[in-house]
Amino acid sequence: MKVEFKINNTSKYLELLPNETLLQALRNNDFTEVKCGCNEGECGACTVLLDGKPVNSCQVFAMSAHEKEITTVKGIGTLYTPHLLQKTFVETGADQCGFCSPGMVLAAYSLLKENPQPSREEILAALDGNLCRCTGYVKIVDAVENTAKKLHTNNLVME
Amino acid sequence: MFKYVNQPVEKIDGLALVTGQEKYTDDFSFPNMLYVSVLHSGFAHAKILNIDDSEARKIPGVVEILSYKNVNQILYTTAGQGYPEPSPYDTMLFGKTMRFVGDNVCAVAAETKEIADEAIKKIKVTYKELKPILNLAKSVSSPIIIHKDDGAFPKIPVFYDAKKNIASKVEANIGNFDLALKKSSRKIDFDFSCSYGAHCAIEPHASVSYLDLRGRLVIISTTQVPFHVRRIVSHVAEIPVSKIRVIKPRLGGGFGGKQEILLEPIVALITWRTKRPAKLVYSRREVFKSTRCRHEYQTKVSLGYEEDGTINTLHLDALENAGGYGSHALTVLANAGSKTLPLLNKIENLRFTGMGVYTNLPVGGAYRGYGATESYPAYSQAIDMVCEDCGLDVVEYYKKWCIKSGETSAIFQALGEGKEGVAMNIGSTSLVECLDEGAKLSDWYAKKKLYGKDSGYNKGKRLKRGIGMAAMMQGSAIPEIDMASAYIKMNDDGSFNLHVGATDLGTGSDTILAQIASEALDTPVESFIVYSSDTDFTPFDTGAYASSTTYLSGQAVRKCAEEIKKQILKVGAEMLSLSLDEVELDDCRVIAKGKKEEEVSYAEICQYSMYQKNQFQIQATASHISPKSPPPFAVHFVEIEVDTFTGIIKVLNYTATVDCGTPINPVTAEGQVEGAIVNGLSYALFENYYFSPHGKMLNDTFGKYGVYTAFDIPPIKVKLVTSYEETGPYGAKSISEININGALPAIANAFYNATGKRLHNGPFAPEAILKVLSGK
Repeated sequence: MKVEFKINNTSKYLELLPNETLLQALRNNDFTEVKCGCNEGECGACTVLLDGKPVNSCQVFAMSAHEKEITTVKGIGTLYTPHLLQKTFVETGADQCGFCSPGMVLAAYSLLKENPQPSREEILAALDGNLCRCTGYVKIVDAVENTAKKLHTNNLVME
Repeated sequence: MFKYVNQPVEKIDGLALVTGQEKYTDDFSFPNMLYVSVLHSGFAHAKILNIDDSEARKIPGVVEILSYKNVNQILYTTAGQGYPEPSPYDTMLFGKTMRFVGDNVCAVAAETKEIADEAIKKIKVTYKELKPILNLAKSVSSPIIIHKDDGAFPKIPVFYDAKKNIASKVEANIGNFDLALKKSSRKIDFDFSCSYGAHCAIEPHASVSYLDLRGRLVIISTTQVPFHVRRIVSHVAEIPVSKIRVIKPRLGGGFGGKQEILLEPIVALITWRTKRPAKLVYSRREVFKSTRCRHEYQTKVSLGYEEDGTINTLHLDALENAGGYGSHALTVLANAGSKTLPLLNKIENLRFTGMGVYTNLPVGGAYRGYGATESYPAYSQAIDMVCEDCGLDVVEYYKKWCIKSGETSAIFQALGEGKEGVAMNIGSTSLVECLDEGAKLSDWYAKKKLYGKDSGYNKGKRLKRGIGMAAMMQGSAIPEIDMASAYIKMNDDGSFNLHVGATDLGTGSDTILAQIASEALDTPVESFIVYSSDTDFTPFDTGAYASSTTYLSGQAVRKCAEEIKKQILKVGAEMLSLSLDEVELDDCRVIAKGKKEEEVSYAEICQYSMYQKNQFQIQATASHISPKSPPPFAVHFVEIEVDTFTGIIKVLNYTATVDCGTPINPVTAEGQVEGAIVNGLSYALFENYYFSPHGKMLNDTFGKYGVYTAFDIPPIKVKLVTSYEETGPYGAKSISEININGALPAIANAFYNATGKRLHNGPFAPEAILKVLSGK
């Protein structure tokens, strides 16, 4: 069946089955930026924002999200219009294999939206649901801190 | 000194990665594609008497089922190594004997994944259950023979005795261990066991295949070794190499886990038979149970020494659990000796004995550290014990006794990979500086004294603090075996295509290889259009393993770029009407030496060579093998707090000083160090496999297995202490593996500093620590 969803501020019709998870529905409809690392809600690679809150899309039925605002990592910035946070991830070297990056970026985005000047502890806690095996998290946490510094220095509001 | 090398260049794929736009294997789908599911054995040891797939075949949408009934029984090794592989040929894609829980029974291809999964449930398999071996120590003496009548054999002339369950055996003797031990006034025997470990790359294993318009098979796969995939699929699926193209798109982490040829032959056979695209993606549980892992190890160090700390003789013995198949069983074992014993090269009598044995537990394979992770805990603790006993500072001890520039170790020649090793002298090393610098950064001397038993600091306290260290070496590529090559051509705007067989696992090798070419050709990194890991369009490279990419593939790129440089200079000189010795490269131009106004740009040079006179394509290819494997060095210091009530070890500070020669890209190099340290910490303090009494892994999810999250990491200080390796590209050596080796031994030594007790088993999980503290 085809169901209308609001994804990245655009109305989209997704072809899906009633029992599909949001992760399946998104990936089957070319939103491959949402990654599947475990399908059990434990790695955070499939993180999307539902009405601005990060969720593991493998643990959400697609139909339960159809009246909500869905944001994937492309919704905050793309290759040609990257978000400050995404640019800072690359500058800082927080990008290794990149498989956790879409989820990690969204978890960090959601934190900075709510708390633009988080402490290191608050960053660690906010990223706790997103696994990364490449970086040891060091440069990822640095990237979030660096973004916060840029927001502060340039008096920017997190968009 | 350098312009493009040793610079923190951003990864060329970085923005595409963090915006989610890069493609990984599972992101590729094709019209009319079949979905594949695999049935894995639930028994650790069983014979399949029959597979009845008649019910499954009746399900609408089931297209093909592969099993021993319709797939030829061809022996191979899943280890993606150079040919002939040093791992025994003891595996079949779909055999009749199941040798571990997770072994392949059969595979179904269907119109949807749901149908394939449904069909798997309808397949009736009649097993004859066999008694399994589920204990490493009991394997050799067991009446149960795991590879009994399957014809398993070693592909190269090495010791192999399947009748005794021996998958591999290695021995090396330098001097006379026994005699020297007898003469020594003091002796230590110290044993240590390492647990199984899972790679936990966040991207699960996946393969997609299709036929192109010439009827050739294209395999897109999560692999570290595309060229080995092509060769091994050809062997197992009986498809000519000329008909196979293997592509590695972006890869979501490897760490050795994707150096195995597991899924590719299955999709290859499905596509070859049905002429339809096929996709197989393993679930996380399948990755845990059915792919490969770090071998379980029991190691023992015996040494004889004098009261001044002189070690006369040292014997390292290793018993390795290969699991059901012998993938990497020989080479990981050899590396357990060859990557540790040369470190203190002044020990005159050295002995290494090792044996890899079959059991009916999960199959070991390549894992970052590759034997060194398993042997350093015993080695480093034994050295720490010698120093404690003789009243010496262990940092000063390493400074005095460690291998220095210009020196060698007989072990280099004695221990190779399936054959004799290669003798070499150490060229570059900053190990002594790493020791000094790390001691300073971690405040070693003061803290060691403060927490030690003489100070009374920890006396009567619930929370006891300690500091410990470990010094390490690894290697850079397998000498005189591994080969890498590169191809460069010039385009008419002065840009270049750089094609490499090298495999970027997320490490950033595409970027650093471009940096190396930039340095040689004095042109920005953006001038290079990098394409890698495609067996049709990139030249051969053994792949991303053995810490080889920067050192080996990097040198192939440098050689290739030097060749291009010659061609550019020749055309430039011709255009400027000068002789070759009157011109030089300068910032994307050829100029008359000392006269910058006489210049031709790279764009003009390429256009001239394409369109104007004496036309030819400026292009070159180069291959590289290395006569040596220069070790990177690292020193790790860790400060811990042991909660003696709960057994929890909290890491307060972690300091690593690392000699990787010239870091081609300091930011990505640091990233390699940090990632390896945290993986090492997670393995040292928590990660383990728990089995049912029948050999089934019980904790086969991320949550139960317990990978470290951001919340678990301690403050980590990393300092790269550069040296210059003459045989590497612009002085570079490897960095990716070595830093996973430090956490286990350094924490164990810190634990001794805090509590006066030694640790003999990893991981140092709270319940195990409580047992040690209570003396049970």
